[in-house]
Amino acid sequence: MANFIDQANKEALKLMQNAQPTLIGMGIAKDTLPGMRENLILHAGPPVKWEDMSGPLRGAVVGGIIYQGLAETVDEAKELAASGKIDFDSCHHHLAVGPMAGVVTAKMPVFIVKNLDQGNYAYCTMNEGLGEVLRFGAYGENVINHLNWMEKTLYPILKEAIEIHGPIDIKSMNAQALQMGDEMHNRNKAGTSLFIREIASSIVKTNASEEDKVKVFDFLNSNDHFYLNLSMPGAKCTMDPVGKVKYSTIVYGMARNGTEFGIRVAGLGERWFTAPAEIIDGLYFPGYSMEDANRDIGDSCITETSGIGGFAMASAPAIVQFVGGTPADAVQYTTSMYEITLEESVAYKMPNMNFRGVPTGIDIRKVVETQIRPVINTGIASKHAGVGQVGAGVVRPPMKCFEDALQAFVEMLDNEGLLD
Amino acid sequence: MKVNELFKSELKVINMGLESFYQDMKSQDVSAIHVNWKPAAGGNEKMAALLARMKSLQ
Repeated sequence: MANFIDQANKEALKLMQNAQPTLIGMGIAKDTLPGMRENLILHAGPPVKWEDMSGPLRGAVVGGIIYQGLAETVDEAKELAASGKIDFDSCHHHLAVGPMAGVVTAKMPVFIVKNLDQGNYAYCTMNEGLGEVLRFGAYGENVINHLNWMEKTLYPILKEAIEIHGPIDIKSMNAQALQMGDEMHNRNKAGTSLFIREIASSIVKTNASEEDKVKVFDFLNSNDHFYLNLSMPGAKCTMDPVGKVKYSTIVYGMARNGTEFGIRVAGLGERWFTAPAEIIDGLYFPGYSMEDANRDIGDSCITETSGIGGFAMASAPAIVQFVGGTPADAVQYTTSMYEITLEESVAYKMPNMNFRGVPTGIDIRKVVETQIRPVINTGIASKHAGVGQVGAGVVRPPMKCFEDALQAFVEMLDNEGLLD
Repeated sequence: MKVNELFKSELKVINMGLESFYQDMKSQDVSAIHVNWKPAAGGNEKMAALLARMKSLQ
């Protein structure tokens, strides 16, 4: 007979399988995210103080302060960040997720994604593209100008286009993109293409100038990762209801702030279990090496938490050219993830795995027992603010996060008198 | 089966534990497979004990 933990996990898995992440609109962070305010800056990963932030996160905070208009110069922004007048908090605490540094300020536009099954929401900023961008810690004039263009031109056009189009089913788009060679974390070429195809006629119907519409199409087309900022809130609103299932041993959150890696486990509520984030042994761009790398950073491993990303690598063989290894390694990564998960996805099927569903529902008991840690595809940020991306690779969370969570779980059961 | 008879017949080996034993078999053209086995929690007694307590739940 199944015990109450198995019953709880069954309930949690049902929430994951039945989730219906759907893009329903866009808004400004201050008006949309719960608890968002002018002097609050959100970041990726578990909470971290300014003095403990790594180079790229500090750079992104400085850029965010300047973009928000809270300071005019870099020195003023640094002074303000250290003054205590700016509050910092984890994106996850405000129903948001952010790739890499994940910085969100009050006036940034965000996608609004709703899980139609449970009625909960998740939010994410728009993807800036590659190169000199805030999420990798760049804060120069070009970065701020681009953020302003996104706010003044891209956002109103996309917002209006989504209103004209109506809700867009992220789950269905994920399922299609997966069959077209994306894993929705480090490869989003198909998802981005599908999104453009879906929204194109609605963009044309907006009241924007022809010139601006063309710029929007050119930007979307130039940015293969645009869809990441939709797959992430899709995964976030899929996983958040799982976090409310008492006694479930399933991981519902994994995130990194560039200093620490943190996980959250359903049966243990909102508590983070953290350990120093790892430096990634991946493929570095010409001229860079591990010496240049920051520790693992970003909320984007919410994709792996939900069963896509690195867990679905077998279905995205081309990604190995970006993160290293061979297509056989990609299959091996996915296959090994079945050892630490409880089910296979009903919706997300991988053609070259004989349409097997992606590994779904990371169980802390299985991770500790097998010593197999979740596999994550990730970008690598330079440890110096302003440099940007220096490579990509495969990384895993520290085992300590899972061991500490397991110990806390047993302590909780002990305290409730549920163990012999 | 007596041990000598066993070694006179064609050996089919399932190796668990040290992979070098498997490599030695392969280098001598002995039919062998290696089982990727590890003790629970990688041999961490504290973690294995915690897992055992959770498994005791009915």
